[in-house]
Amino acid sequence: MLDHVQRFGHQGLSVLTGFGRAGIVLWQSMWGAPDWRAGPGLLIRQLYFIGVYSLVIIVVSGVLIGMVLALQGYTVLVRFGAESALGQFVSLTLLRELGPVVAALLFVGRAGSAVTAEIGLMKATDQLAAMEMIGVDPLKRVVRPRLWAGIISMPILAQIFNMVAILGAVVVGVNWLGVDAGSFWANMQNTVEFREDVLNGSIKAFSFGVVVTWIAIFQGYDAIPTSEGISAATTRTVVHSSLAVLAMDFLLTAVMFGVD
Amino acid sequence: MTSSWIDIKDLNFSHGPRVILNGIDVSIPKGKITAIMGPSGCGKTTLLRLISSQLKPSQGTIHVAGVDISSLNREQLLIQRRRMGMLFQTGALFTDLSVFENVAFPLRVHTDLPERMIRDLVLMKLHAVGLRGARDLMPAELSGGMTRRAALARAIILDPDLIMYDEPFTGQDPIFVGLLRHLIRRINQTMACTCIIVSHDINETLSISDYMVVLADGKVIGHGEPETVINSDNPHVRQFLQGLPDGPVPFHYPAPDYFQDLELEDA
Amino acid sequence: MYSRSMEILVGAFMLLGIAALAFLAIQVSGLSLNPSNRDTYQISATFTNVAGLTTRAKVSIAGVTVGQVTAIHLDPMSVRAVVDMSIQKQVDYLTTDSIAAIKTAGVLGDQYVSISVGGAPEMLQNGDVITDTQSALVLEDLVGKIITTLGTNN
Repeated sequence: MLDHVQRFGHQGLSVLTGFGRAGIVLWQSMWGAPDWRAGPGLLIRQLYFIGVYSLVIIVVSGVLIGMVLALQGYTVLVRFGAESALGQFVSLTLLRELGPVVAALLFVGRAGSAVTAEIGLMKATDQLAAMEMIGVDPLKRVVRPRLWAGIISMPILAQIFNMVAILGAVVVGVNWLGVDAGSFWANMQNTVEFREDVLNGSIKAFSFGVVVTWIAIFQGYDAIPTSEGISAATTRTVVHSSLAVLAMDFLLTAVMFGVD
Repeated sequence: MTSSWIDIKDLNFSHGPRVILNGIDVSIPKGKITAIMGPSGCGKTTLLRLISSQLKPSQGTIHVAGVDISSLNREQLLIQRRRMGMLFQTGALFTDLSVFENVAFPLRVHTDLPERMIRDLVLMKLHAVGLRGARDLMPAELSGGMTRRAALARAIILDPDLIMYDEPFTGQDPIFVGLLRHLIRRINQTMACTCIIVSHDINETLSISDYMVVLADGKVIGHGEPETVINSDNPHVRQFLQGLPDGPVPFHYPAPDYFQDLELEDA
Repeated sequence: MYSRSMEILVGAFMLLGIAALAFLAIQVSGLSLNPSNRDTYQISATFTNVAGLTTRAKVSIAGVTVGQVTAIHLDPMSVRAVVDMSIQKQVDYLTTDSIAAIKTAGVLGDQYVSISVGGAPEMLQNGDVITDTQSALVLEDLVGKIITTLGTNN
């Protein structure tokens, strides 16, 4: 019995120290004077690898999900003769929920795991230690550009996802299934509120970006510097980030749309 | 013995419950090549990481050039490290930069030199290690020996007072080992810097070092000029230097009696 | 490795993000950049029942949207629902005897406020109240009424 209590206590403490280290990594890498001598090049480089590289999967998935939504929505709505509400159904679903969440999950798989593996590998091959020996703080030089690139990229990717998904829904709903284009757009515009739906969705995407990138850089920085350690850290990044995104989505939805 | 550059007093280091270094007292002379030797797992690399303050000692002090480096804060430490160069076992070149940019990296982050001057300095160091022609290659395109040479060029680009070599000879062919010995000697003579070599390759290391420290089980078991240490009658030192399979470091992992284990007790 | 094409692609990526946001703002949420929308004046109307009406519901005259509901609250004195509406400035021909009604767009549609303009010479000013109103049609009440009528006929 006492043994169980003791083990439980140990686990609790190790979870706490994990959060503590993660918080320190976030704090030290996020703030402080920017490295002017390195210029904006480091950030642009990471925006390229984290943002631009994720674009293909985001656009393709977005179009497909928009098309599926339109198809499913149409078959239900047409039974009530309400197929003109397709635009509103698709756009609200995407802007409030699917856009930020699915884009974040894709971002975890594409960019988050890559960031963890890259930082973990730099640690395993002593590159981070070598940087410290040269007198450069790897948190600032290596981690910070990746952190900011992730935070900047995520909302952009989510909005691009929303746009192509709505366009995909237009193709299926209006061009193939024959929903009237005028009522499709008009219904959408009447119900979608910029502040309520678009901005709240962006806030969600931004929060997901912070959390996912934070988890990815921490898991890489904290990885055990061996091949097994890196692969375990990459798995942890995907699992923890996905769960964090879904849990945060519930909380944010409850706060934003839950109670009037 | 000339004046010492590094003074280590009563140094202890433990990782969790495991004691890795236990009461190290040693001085490393200035401007000489010092070899830190010992069997695997005796704490050589840990000692090197403590001297470069990548790790903090559990107890004791380390003075490098008169400065207690374990008392420095992060900023002061990063400044102090500009005077140290370190050659990692894997080379640790930055994989996303070319050989030229790798060597130029310390100059770019610590100086405001014009591009022309950086180019000249980098080419001089690359020439010294024989890689002037490989400047545009990426680290992935280099062989193991070339990686270490490029890393050595990067380690000496700021003309440090102290250069640390972590297992420089391990896993390299005889040509490269000979080349590296030559390079280490020449760098020590031309730059008048203090060198520390951590290694268990006895012959390669002894042939170029002026001073040596032998570690075993987290303790210093012998130090001094190579000749005095070689002629020491400490059984630990003798076993290590002569490569005897059995001795104070037993051949067998602790186990019950052999015959008992095979159930041959009656025989 | 770090090159001009990388800069250009990152620039294009950022621009695409801004374009997506603009698309969502203008084409999807119908956010108008025309500032005349913000020139409004406030009126309110009291109803016995607003069942289903929400803030941001449309206010229309003859089916044309002229404003929206900004707030709904209960007047503790009369225990009637007070609906605050903002009406576009250029719609300055709402007479004091205008009638406000809560209607439903289609069977399943949203509730909205429909205003019919009367013939009085005075116009409604900022802060005025419409008292002549028709409340929301509550389906349960209607069904209840029909049942009682059927019962008495028998």
